Amino acid sequence: MTKIKLAVAAGSYCGGCDMSIVALNEMLIPLEDAIDLQFWQFAADFKLKDVEKLKDGEIDITLFDGPIRTSEHIKTAHLFRKKSKIMIAYGSCACFGGIPQLANSYSAKEILDENYVHGYNMDDSGQNHMQPTSEYKKGRKMTLPKLLDSCLPLDTEVEVDYFVPGCPPVPGQWETLLDIISKFIKTGELPPKGTVIAGNTALCEECGRTKPDEIVINKFVRPYEVDPDPEICLLAQGIICLGPATRSGCGAKCTLNANVPCRGCFGPAPEVNDAGIKMLSAIASIAGAKKEGELGEEGLKALMDQVVDPFGTFYRFAVPEIMKQMKMAKKQVKHVSSKSK
Amino acid sequence: MPEILNPKPKIVAFFCKWCSSKAADIAGVSRMEYPPNFIPIMTPCSGRVEPEFIFDAFAEGADGVLVAGCHLGECHYVVGNYKTLKRMILVKKLAKEMGIEEERIRVEWIATAEAKKLVTVTNDMVNKLKHLPPCSSKLKGVTQEEKTND
Ligand code: SF4
Ligand code: SF4
Ligand code: SF4
Ligand code: FES
Repeated sequence: MTKIKLAVAAGSYCGGCDMSIVALNEMLIPLEDAIDLQFWQFAADFKLKDVEKLKDGEIDITLFDGPIRTSEHIKTAHLFRKKSKIMIAYGSCACFGGIPQLANSYSAKEILDENYVHGYNMDDSGQNHMQPTSEYKKGRKMTLPKLLDSCLPLDTEVEVDYFVPGCPPVPGQWETLLDIISKFIKTGELPPKGTVIAGNTALCEECGRTKPDEIVINKFVRPYEVDPDPEICLLAQGIICLGPATRSGCGAKCTLNANVPCRGCFGPAPEVNDAGIKMLSAIASIAGAKKEGELGEEGLKALMDQVVDPFGTFYRFAVPEIMKQMKMAKKQVKHVSSKSK
Repeated sequence: MPEILNPKPKIVAFFCKWCSSKAADIAGVSRMEYPPNFIPIMTPCSGRVEPEFIFDAFAEGADGVLVAGCHLGECHYVVGNYKTLKRMILVKKLAKEMGIEEERIRVEWIATAEAKKLVTVTNDMVNKLKHLPPCSSKLKGVTQEEKTND
C-alpha cells in the first residue's frame, strides 16, 4: 500500500486545532500504517527547510490551521500550497479567520502601540522598546515577521480545496475526513472542491431546545447575567444565539451541553454567505417586534443599545464579507499594477 | 473623469418609493438645487434596505449611504421603517467598530411634501462628508499600507 504524505502546517493558531487531532486517540490507529508524516511542528521538530526540498505536489494532504496574520504565515501558506496536492483549511481560524480575526477592528499600528508603547511592560525604557530585530550572537540577527494589517482566512492567500470548520473541529468531522482519505488511498477519488466537511443544515436543526412559534426579544440579556432555562431556545430568552445562521455539525455543543448560546464557530450555514449580517438583521427584526409603535423611536433606540459590540457578537469567528472582498480587490489591483511595471 | 461627472464624496441614497422618492421628484420639478453627489436607488420601502446593501455600497466605493423612508407610523407596510430604524442602529455601531465613521450612514424620514427637507439633508450630508478622507481608506485592516514593524 502506498502511504499518504500528510503535513499539518499553521498560521496564527492557538494549538487547539492540533490538540483536536491528538485527542482523536484510537481513531488515529488505522492511520498509523497509511500515513507518512512530512511536517507537524506541534508533534515533532520538523523543519521548513526540509519541506522546501520536496518536489512540488509531493505532499498529498496539508491540513492548515490558523489564519494569515503575519508575513511569515503568507510564506508558509504558499509553500505548503505549492508542495501539496490537497490543501485543507482546518479549523474556524483557517476557514473564516476565527477568534484572531476580532483584531480586524483595530489596525496593526493600534495593536502594536497598545501593547508595546502604551501597554504595561517589564521594560519601561521608553517608547521604542519593541525591537523587531535583535542580535542574539555577534553578527547573527533575528527579525520578527511583520504583523499584517489584517487577519484573514487561508483562502484569501492560496487556493483551498476543502474546509473543516470548528473551533476546534470535532471527532464527527474526522470520521468523514478519514473516509475521504481512505477512499482517496484506494481509488484516488475525491469529493468536489470547496466541500465543507460539517453538517448541511443550520445549527437550530441540531439543537433540541423547544422553539416557540414566534420569537420576540423585549430585553437583551448577556449569557453571564442569567442562568438560562436549559430546555427553551436561548433567543426566546433574550440571549443572542447565532444558531439560525450557523452551520450544524458540532452536535449543538454549546446550546445543549453547556447551556450557553452558539457563537457561530462552524461558520455560515449552507447558502449563507455572511452569517454576521444576516443575524444582525434577524435580531433587529425580532427586537421589540409588534410593540414598535408603543416603544417609539426612543424606546427602540434604548432596546437596540442593549446589543453591545455587534462586531464581536456577530463576527466572532468570521471576517465580514466586505473586509474580505475589499482586501481581495486591493490585492488584485496590486498584482495587476506590479505586472504592468 | 471631470469633477462634475464624478463628484466627491459619492453617496448612495436609498429612497422609499412612497415618500422620499416622490420628494426627490418634487425637488427636481420645482428646480430646487440639491447636490449631484447622490446616486439614488428607489426601493419599495425603506424596510427593503438590508444591512448588507449598506456594506456593499461601501465596498463598491461609496463614501456615504443615506436611507430615507416614510415617517414612523406612516410606512405603507406598517412596520417597514421601524425595522429600518432598529437595523440601522446596529449597522452604525458595527460600521464604527470596523472603522467607518457614524456620519457616513444616515437615516431620515422624509414625506412626499418635504422636498425642502430632502434638499437640506442632502446638502448637510455632503458638507459633513467633504472633510472626511475617502471611505475606502477607513476600513480597518483593509486599506492601510502594510507597513508596521519593518
Ligand atoms: S480554530 Fe479555534 S482551536 Fe483552531 S487554531 Fe483557531 S482558535 Fe485555536
Ligand atoms: S438555542 Fe440557538 S441553536 Fe438552539 S434553537 Fe435557539 S437559536 Fe437555534
Ligand atoms: S454551538 Fe456554535 S459555537 Fe458552539 S461548537 Fe457549535 S457551532 Fe461552535
Ligand atoms: S413604505 Fe416608505 S418606509 Fe415603508
